[in-house]
Amino acid sequence: MNQRVWSFLVPLLSVIVALIIASFVILMIGKNPITAYAALVRGALGSKMAIASTIVKTTPLILTGLAVGFGFRAGLFNIGAEGQMIMGAMAATAFAINVGWMPAVLAIPLTMLVGMLAGAGYASIAGFLKAKTGAHEVVTTIMLNWIADYFSSYVVTVPMGVGFGTPKSPEIASSAKLPPLMVVQATELTSGIIVAVLAAVFIKILLDKTSKGYELKAAGFNPYAAEYGGIKLAENIVLAMAISGALAGLAGTLEVMGVHHRFLGTLSGGKGFDGISIALIGQNNPIGIIFAALLMGALRNGSNEMQFVGVPKHIIMIVQAIIIFLVAADRIVRTIFLRKKVAK
Amino acid sequence: MRLFLALIDIFTNPAFYKLTLTAATPLIFASLGGVFSEITGVVNIALEGIMLMGAFVSVVFTWLTGNAWIGVLFAILVGIGMAWLHAWASITWRGNQIVSGTALILLAQGVTGFLMEPIFGRPGQTDIVGKIPEVKIPLLMKNRFLAQSIGELSPMIYMAFASVFIAWFIIYKTKLGLRMRAVGENPEAADTLGVNVYAVRYFGVLMSGVMASLGGAFLSVGEVGNFRELMTGGRGFIALAAMILGNWNPVGAMWASLLFGFSEAFANQLQSSPLLRVASTTKPLFNMFPFIVTLIVIAGFIGKTRPPAADGVPYEK
Amino acid sequence: MEKAVEMIQIVKRFPQVVANDHVDLTVLKGEIHAIVGENGAGKTTLMNQLYGLLKPDSGEIRIFGKKVNFKGPRDAILMGIGMVHQHFMLVNNLTVAENVVLGSEAGIGPLFDLKSARKKVSELSKRYGLHVDVDAKIEDLPVGMQQRVEILKVLYRGAEILILDEPTAVLTPQETEELFETMFRLRENGKTIIFISHKLNEVMRVSDRITVMRQGKVTGVLNKSETDPRQIARLMVGRDVVFTVEKTPARPNGVVLKVENLHVKDYRNLEAVKGVSFEVRAGEIYAIAGVAGNGQTELVEALTGLRKPVSGRVYFLGKDITHATPRELREMGMGHIPEDRHKYGLILQFPAYYNVILGRHHRPPFANGEFLCHSKILSFAENLLSRFDVRPNNVRMLGANFSGGNQQKLVIAREIGLEPKLMVVSQPTRGLDVGATEFVHKTLIQLRDSGVAILLVSMELDEVLSLADRIAVMYNGQIMGEVEPNAVSIEEIGLMMAGHRLEEIRGRVA
Repeated sequence: MNQRVWSFLVPLLSVIVALIIASFVILMIGKNPITAYAALVRGALGSKMAIASTIVKTTPLILTGLAVGFGFRAGLFNIGAEGQMIMGAMAATAFAINVGWMPAVLAIPLTMLVGMLAGAGYASIAGFLKAKTGAHEVVTTIMLNWIADYFSSYVVTVPMGVGFGTPKSPEIASSAKLPPLMVVQATELTSGIIVAVLAAVFIKILLDKTSKGYELKAAGFNPYAAEYGGIKLAENIVLAMAISGALAGLAGTLEVMGVHHRFLGTLSGGKGFDGISIALIGQNNPIGIIFAALLMGALRNGSNEMQFVGVPKHIIMIVQAIIIFLVAADRIVRTIFLRKKVAK
Repeated sequence: MRLFLALIDIFTNPAFYKLTLTAATPLIFASLGGVFSEITGVVNIALEGIMLMGAFVSVVFTWLTGNAWIGVLFAILVGIGMAWLHAWASITWRGNQIVSGTALILLAQGVTGFLMEPIFGRPGQTDIVGKIPEVKIPLLMKNRFLAQSIGELSPMIYMAFASVFIAWFIIYKTKLGLRMRAVGENPEAADTLGVNVYAVRYFGVLMSGVMASLGGAFLSVGEVGNFRELMTGGRGFIALAAMILGNWNPVGAMWASLLFGFSEAFANQLQSSPLLRVASTTKPLFNMFPFIVTLIVIAGFIGKTRPPAADGVPYEK
Repeated sequence: MEKAVEMIQIVKRFPQVVANDHVDLTVLKGEIHAIVGENGAGKTTLMNQLYGLLKPDSGEIRIFGKKVNFKGPRDAILMGIGMVHQHFMLVNNLTVAENVVLGSEAGIGPLFDLKSARKKVSELSKRYGLHVDVDAKIEDLPVGMQQRVEILKVLYRGAEILILDEPTAVLTPQETEELFETMFRLRENGKTIIFISHKLNEVMRVSDRITVMRQGKVTGVLNKSETDPRQIARLMVGRDVVFTVEKTPARPNGVVLKVENLHVKDYRNLEAVKGVSFEVRAGEIYAIAGVAGNGQTELVEALTGLRKPVSGRVYFLGKDITHATPRELREMGMGHIPEDRHKYGLILQFPAYYNVILGRHHRPPFANGEFLCHSKILSFAENLLSRFDVRPNNVRMLGANFSGGNQQKLVIAREIGLEPKLMVVSQPTRGLDVGATEFVHKTLIQLRDSGVAILLVSMELDEVLSLADRIAVMYNGQIMGEVEPNAVSIEEIGLMMAGHRLEEIRGRVA
C-alpha cells in the first residue's frame, strides 16, 4: 500500500485500537464499555447544545494542534504549548481589561495580537536557547510550562485576582469579547472557531506556498543540507518556535475572548498537551489537524457525559496516550493490520 | 538585611540539609534511571510518567497490604512494565523515542487519575496510607546538628546513594557495563562483535523503569504517605536535566540532583521563613525557582557535556 | 589443499535488486584471496553473509568442510571468521583494549577485568607486530592505527579466516604497504585472508587467487600468476576500461580563489586546518589530495561558509569572503558539491524539483516575493533533469528514491545550473559506479574548459592524478607541497600524504 494512504490510515487505525483497548480498561473497573461509549457519543453529538459545546472545545485544540504540528514540520517538538497558551491568555487579558474605550474593530484584533506576541515571545525563549546552546526544546519548554503555571497562579491571585474561590481575573472589556456565532441554550458558539480555521489555512499556505515554508521544512528534514543551502538555522529555529508559540498563545487568547471572558487559573487544562496527539493524528497537516482537533474536542466533551455513567474522564487521556504510542511506533499498527511480519 | 538574616537562618538550620536530601532523593533515583537508559542509547523522557505510576502504585499496595515496602516492590514491577512499553516501542519497533515517552507520561497521568475514584472513592488525593519509617543512626544522634540533618532519614535516601554506587559499578566495572557504553556509542560496532544490541538496550531501559519508579515511590510512601494527582510535578524532567548536567555519569547525576534538591529546599525554606513573612499568595513565585535554576543550568551546560553518540537513534540491523 | 571457505550457489535478494545471483566462492587455507568488483557488484553483501550479518536466501556455506548456518556474527566468530569492515566498527569513547575485548571480555562472572584485557591485547599486538597503545581512546588515534585495532579485534577472537573489506581506502601508500606486510605475516602464521578491493594494482600485489564479480555474479576465478590487470578489469566492468580521463592541457586565467594562512577548528574545538594558503585560477582544476581526516573537510566547510575560520583570509574574485554566509557565496557564484550528499547535498524527503532549487529557493525566478512559483520551479527542474540525464526523469520523485549515482547527478545539476565561477567539489565519485564516475569526471573537465575554477578535494589518488592540473597534498591540517601531476611520482605524493614536506623529500633525493 502506498505511503500516502498509510499516513492517513495509521492515525485512524490507532484511534480505533486505542478505543478498543480503553474498552477493556472500562470493563476492568466493572463498567460497561458500550454504555460508556454511548454516553460519550451522546455527550459529544447528541444534541444541538452538545455539538455547539464540542465546537467550542475544538477551537483551542485546533490551535494547539497547529502549534505542535507546525513545530514538528520545522523539526521541533514544542511540548510547551501549555505554557505558551497560559502566557498568551494572561497577556491578552491584561490588555483586554483596559480597552473599554476602544471600539471592537480595534480591540478584538489588538487583543489577539497581544496574546499571540506573548505566546511567541515565551516560546522564543526555548527557541533561542536551542539555537544558542543546543538545549533540547522538550526539556526547556517543560520547564517553561511549570514556570508559566506558577507565575499565572501568582498573577491571578495577587495583581489581577478578584473574588473568591477559583482564582480568576476581572472580566475583560466587552469591546474585546468575541461576538458569538449563535447561542444554543446556555452555550455560546464562539466565533473563535472561524479564527482557528483561518489560522490553519494560513499555516497551510505558509508551509506549502512560500519560500519561508520551504526553509522551515528543509531545516526540519535535514538541518545540515538546509545550512548548506544558505538557510540560517538559528534564525529558523527561533522563528519556528515563535510561530508555534503564537498559535498556542492565540489558543489561550480565544478562550479568554470567546468563552470565559476572563483569565482563569485552570484555563489551559491540558489543551497544550492535547495538541501533541492532535498533531500526530492529523499527521502535522493543518487540514488534518482541524479534523483531529474535532475528534479530540468531541472526546473531551463527551467524556463529561461519561462521568455520569461512572467512567472517570481520565479515560480520554488513556485513549490519547495509546494513540500517541501507536503513532510513535507506527510499524506496530502496520504490522497488526497487514498481518505481515516486518523484517526482524 | 532581613533577607541576609533569613539566609543565615536557613543555612544554619539542620532541617534545611535534611530537606535538601529529601528533595534530591527522587531526583537521584530518576536521574540514574535516565543514565541507565541513555548510556545504552535510548532517550527516556517517560521518567516523569514512570515516577508518577511508581508513586501511585506504591500507595495502592501499601493501602492493600499495610506494608509500605510491599508497595515499593509493586511500584518497581509496574515501573518495569512501563519501561518495557517504552523499550518495546522504541527498540523493537524503532519508534520515535520522544513521542513514545510523551505517550507514557500521558498514560501515567490518565491511569492514575482514572483509578483514583474506583479505588479510593474520590479524585484529587488519597488518604494517608502509611509510609516507610525513618531510621535513626545512634552514632549521629549525639550531635544536635547531625541528628537533625542526617541522623534520622528515610532508608530510601540511603538506597538512593547506594544506587549511585551500584549504577557506577555496573556501568564501569562489569562486562555488561562495557557493552552498555559500547551500544550507546556505536551499536553497529557492538553488533558485529556479537553483542546483542537489543538485549543490552532493553536492560538499560528496564533499569530506568526500576530507578524512576523508586523515585516516585519515595515521593509518596517514602516522604508523605499518600498520593496526589500529578504529584511528581515535573521532577522527571528535572532529573533529565540532572543527567545532562552530570554528563551521563551516575556520580555526576548525583551531584547535579543534590544541586537541584538544594535549590528546591532553598525555595521552600525561603518562602516559609518567619523572618521574611512571605504572603501565601506570593508563594507560587518561589515554586518557580527550581525550574528557573534547571533552565539556566541546561542552557549553560549543554554542549559542554557530551551525550552518548547514538543517543536517541533507533538501531536497525 | 584444504578449503577454508566454500560458498555454493548463494542467492541474496534485496527489494530493488538481486545482490548475489548464484555466487560460488572457494577460498583455500593459508591463501590471500582477493574479491574484486565495482561498487555494487555484491562483494560486501557476499561477505556479510559469510560473517553472519545477513542470511542467504538460498545456497550453502561451508567452513573447513563443515556446513554452517549462521544466525549472527557470534556464530561466525565461533567458527573462526573475523571481519574488518570498510567503515571501522570502533567505539570512539572506549580505549583500544576495551574495543578489542568487547563482546568476549575477560573477567570472573559478570565482572570486567580490564587489567587482563590490557595484558592480552598488548601480547597480541607484539606477536603480530601491530603496535598500538592499548590505553589510547579510539577517537585520539589516526586512521592507520584504528585499522590495527580492527585487526587485533579479529585476532583476539581467534580468527583463522580474516575478511578485509576495502582496507586500503583510507590509508596512505605507506600505511597500505605496512598493511600488506601485516597480511603476509598473517599468511605465514597460517591464517586465511579474504581481501576485498577494487584497486587492481593492490590486488596484483598481494593476492594469490582472485574472484571477480560483476552485478551480483561471479565473472571469473583467476590465479594471480596467470593474469594481468587488463583481464581483471574486463571481467569487472564487462568491457575495456579507459584508465585515463581525456583532457587537454588547462589554459588558466586570473586567480578566482585565494586562501591565505587559514586556520580552522573542528567540531571538537581542535585545530584541524593549521595555516593553509593556496590559489585557484579560472579554467584549472586544483586538487587537494590526502588521507581522509587531515583537515580537508574543515577546509571545505570554512571555504563554503559552513564553518567559521579562526584566522586567515579567503578572497573570491578579489573580495574578502572569510566570514561570508553560504547564501552570500552562492549569490557571488560559488558552487559546492559536498562530500556527503545525504547529509549536505540533498533533502531526501523533498521531491527532486525542490532539491534542485535549494539555495536559490528564495529569489526569482523561483520565488516571487514571499511566494514560491511552482510552475517555474517545475519547468526548471524538468529541464535540468533531462539535461543531466537524471533517471528516472521524474521531478516529483523524492530525493531518497533516486539511486546514488542519480542523487549525485541531482546535486551536480543543481550546482552547475547555478552557472558558478568557482566550484568546490568534495569526493565527487564516492560510492558511484564506473558509468556515473565517468560522467562526473567528464562534467568536471567540461566545466573547467568553460573557464570555471575548480577546487577538487579527493581521497582517491587516481582521481586526483587524472583530473588535476595542480595538486596540493594535505597532512595534519597543512599543505605538504604543491606539484603538477606530470612532474611528480606516486612515491613522492605518498610521502607527502604521510607527512613529509616536498622540499624535505626532494632535498633528500638531491
